[in-house]
Amino acid sequence: MSTYAQKQGFGATIWDYLTTVDHKKIAILYLIAGGFFFIVGGLEAMFIRIQLAVPNNDFVSAGLYNEILTMHGTTMIFLAAMPLIFAFMNAVMPLQIGARDVAFPFLNSLGFWLFFFGGVFLNLSWFLGGAPDAGWTSYASLSIASEGHGVDFYALGLQISGAGTLIGGINFLVTIINMRAPGMTYMRMPLFTWSTFVVSALILFAFPPLTVGLFLLIFDRMFGGNFFDHTMGGNTIIWEHMFWIFGHPEVYILILPAFGIFSEIFATFSRKRLFGYSSMVFATVLIGFLGFMVWAHHMFTTGLGPIANSIFAVATMAIAVPTGIKIFNWMFTMWGGSIKFTTPMLWAVAFIPSFVAGGVTGVMLAVAAADYQYHDTYFVVAHFHYVIVGGVVFALFAGAHFYWPKMFGTMLNEFLGKITFWLFLIGFHLTFFIQHFLGLMGMQRRIVSFLPGQGFETGNLISTVGAFFMAVATIILLINIIMTTVKNERVGNDPWGDGRTLEWALPSPPPFYNFKQLPLVRGLDAYWLEKMEGKKGMTPAEPLGDIHMPNNSFIPFVISLGLFVAAFGAMYRAETAWGIPVLIIGLLITLGSMAMRSIKDDHGYHIHKEDLMDDDDNKGVKA
Amino acid sequence: MNWLAKGRLLSLFTLMALVLAGCGEPYVSTLRPAGEVAQSQFDLMVLSTVIMVGVILVVTVIFLIVITKFRRKNENEIPKQVEGSHKLEILWTVIPILLLLVLSVPTVAATFKLADVSPMDKVNEEGKTDALVVNVRANLYWWEFEYPNQEIITGQELVVPTDEKVYFNLIASDVKHSFWVPSAGGKMDTNTENVNKFYLEFDDQKANEAGNLFYGKCAELCGPSHAWMDFKVKAVSRAEFDQWVDDMQTAEEPQAETALAQQGEEIFNQSCIGCHAVTPQDGRPEQARNAPNLANFGERSRIAGILEHNEEELKNWLDDPETYKPGNKMTNTYGDLSDEQLDALTEYLMGLKVQE
Repeated sequence: MSTYAQKQGFGATIWDYLTTVDHKKIAILYLIAGGFFFIVGGLEAMFIRIQLAVPNNDFVSAGLYNEILTMHGTTMIFLAAMPLIFAFMNAVMPLQIGARDVAFPFLNSLGFWLFFFGGVFLNLSWFLGGAPDAGWTSYASLSIASEGHGVDFYALGLQISGAGTLIGGINFLVTIINMRAPGMTYMRMPLFTWSTFVVSALILFAFPPLTVGLFLLIFDRMFGGNFFDHTMGGNTIIWEHMFWIFGHPEVYILILPAFGIFSEIFATFSRKRLFGYSSMVFATVLIGFLGFMVWAHHMFTTGLGPIANSIFAVATMAIAVPTGIKIFNWMFTMWGGSIKFTTPMLWAVAFIPSFVAGGVTGVMLAVAAADYQYHDTYFVVAHFHYVIVGGVVFALFAGAHFYWPKMFGTMLNEFLGKITFWLFLIGFHLTFFIQHFLGLMGMQRRIVSFLPGQGFETGNLISTVGAFFMAVATIILLINIIMTTVKNERVGNDPWGDGRTLEWALPSPPPFYNFKQLPLVRGLDAYWLEKMEGKKGMTPAEPLGDIHMPNNSFIPFVISLGLFVAAFGAMYRAETAWGIPVLIIGLLITLGSMAMRSIKDDHGYHIHKEDLMDDDDNKGVKA
Repeated sequence: MNWLAKGRLLSLFTLMALVLAGCGEPYVSTLRPAGEVAQSQFDLMVLSTVIMVGVILVVTVIFLIVITKFRRKNENEIPKQVEGSHKLEILWTVIPILLLLVLSVPTVAATFKLADVSPMDKVNEEGKTDALVVNVRANLYWWEFEYPNQEIITGQELVVPTDEKVYFNLIASDVKHSFWVPSAGGKMDTNTENVNKFYLEFDDQKANEAGNLFYGKCAELCGPSHAWMDFKVKAVSRAEFDQWVDDMQTAEEPQAETALAQQGEEIFNQSCIGCHAVTPQDGRPEQARNAPNLANFGERSRIAGILEHNEEELKNWLDDPETYKPGNKMTNTYGDLSDEQLDALTEYLMGLKVQE
């Protein structure tokens, strides 16, 4: 019965992935697409560092540089970090709560394809007249003034992929609320599931402001609106507010799952339950809540006045408290534990000092009056790379090594993993630590080049050298992935030996229905509890019965494709004759396939009890 | 023991200040504050850095103990499963709150102090302010500085008196920019739709150390030449400043003295004068002033804000401004210039002075 057992042709495999609604396969799609965009964004970063290695460099031209810096930020945030986080959420969260899939498998697939087509659309700008060049923040006066179609690609591409993210977030919320296994109360959920839950709520509230902002930008640029044109009664500061009301929660959308992944890793490789679990949950919720109260700290120099600046300064500082709670809880999870330094654990351990360094500069930036000096300098660049690379990217690397066996049934090479770790760690600090000082010494950010004689030469050269270390580390990781895939040494349920949560009770990779019988959860770290009592697996919570499964569907792909086509029509509407027809055709494809989905009943199918019993006994839950 | 703790803290402060002050050039670094505003910001940086270094030390000590002491020695060991500790958790909640309170009080105080521009509103009987006010207008890759009380305009090089507060009205005429003189204090955005106000102060002694010329920058991405949208701030004593203002106010229409310069003036009057004014009193509305005022061009320290101030660079700039500032508004507004025309124009422009 298991699809993994059947040998499939290449075309059949492709078709399977194009139509899949299985959360584990969608996770792999997210991982591949996000990984691809991560490499694209990384190449853009290398161009930036090569350009800034020496003063007055002309490796790239000024206009092209602005396109590269814009696409580096946009790609890394929206097309690399977010989907890679979604990959782990999809792969792990349903397993952690003991569910057979997410609540809406069809929507899960739709979310992925929307993100994917949005990302492809955005990157096609490179080949169709130039990429967006107004920064990932796309501040209105500049984005309205920007010539060509670059910013149109930005607005339309993000609109499509943002819809996918919003759908994904809602899906995770419903899944966690409704589909927890018997006994899996909220306060028994693993921290990664908790962070997925909080982050999904953040997505639900943070993405609509972006959607609205992007629509206003689309209207202004493509349909003659004047929302951001002050000579026509518009206002550009509105964009800054809308962008950051989304943008600040967005950084917590990135970092909280990273915290979740690290929480799992610390507990696992210290063989100890998470220290202060309840306060960790509380801190996660509090960070998510406060994340909405601080957006204007990105706008201290916009001229909001001392009252607003003071309020947002103090609110921002307050976030340091729950974050500090987390740091200490992680360290005390390890305290008294039995620490094994596997590759994921190395990333987790290195994350603590790296992230603390990024966190304290965050508090420094919250000091509004001093921020007038830091704002828009390399100090800020250093700060957000310390939190996003030192926090999110470290977590993605850690998660990749940690969950690889669960996703693919084979383990990444530990030796190569450790080489990647050390090279990346050294490169990361070389690149970004010195940038704090470059900023303080007067180097503003987003500059294509700097003039000699200002004391910036040494720092920039060091920074560029560091970037090459990170590039080599990433290449070694790719080699590791290829080697591991070719060797394909299969592993069992709990390859790390120290698994604590439900996903490690399942085979690697789990069968497509996840749990033959839903497990009974008796406490936090459910699988660990059973192991400590000498049991080999989970106690089932239900008798063996038929399992209802959804059918694969090609419709999500077509819905997304329609929007992709329509976006081209909208963009070229004014200058070509085919613009309007293409816009209409695209929307018809989308609406038509949505109508088809609504009209045609799809009841899914059942796996029968008898087939499950035939299935190899080590798949699913052991009775 | 209290004095000991205090002494330690004080020495930590001094050490931090010394370490930070070693960084950067005196004319561009925020770590070499050259005025009251930058100084108060620098003090906040030092205060927050000291607190944060304290936090880092505590974390580092626990971190090092943890990763050295609790390594797995035996594959079969199962450590005690600890739920948490209320005492510890309260400790690391309360202490950070106290530290942040210590930081937030001076933060709020400084934020309000730096926003105090009330002297700009105190108008005397002549309808002018006693305080020195400069209207800054940011344009794609150049800056205009208008002194409304003195009724003079200059571009690219701001001249200010030392040891007194200089108040600024900031606005942008095309896209958003940001006005930043790192040595003198933090930046303030020049928005397109509203005037932002703030003040800076330039210390006389520090200005001397920096050669009386501070670097100014645009700190908000504004287009391809954002990196080169520099300006300079000439900080001079009040007496010198008054002299300069007087020279600017009494400056006559420039007289080209040599034959070459006269030839240059002719070219200028044909190709350039539509945008560039050559007298400090420019009565045109700001929409018409779409290039820097050149009245004292010969006395400036840079060409276009970035190039060395010599004839060679001026010719290079006039010949092809696009190479130096891509996307600028001057390219293609005049025809190709021959070598002779470049020589003549250079002679004329370098002769534009008000102070001799």
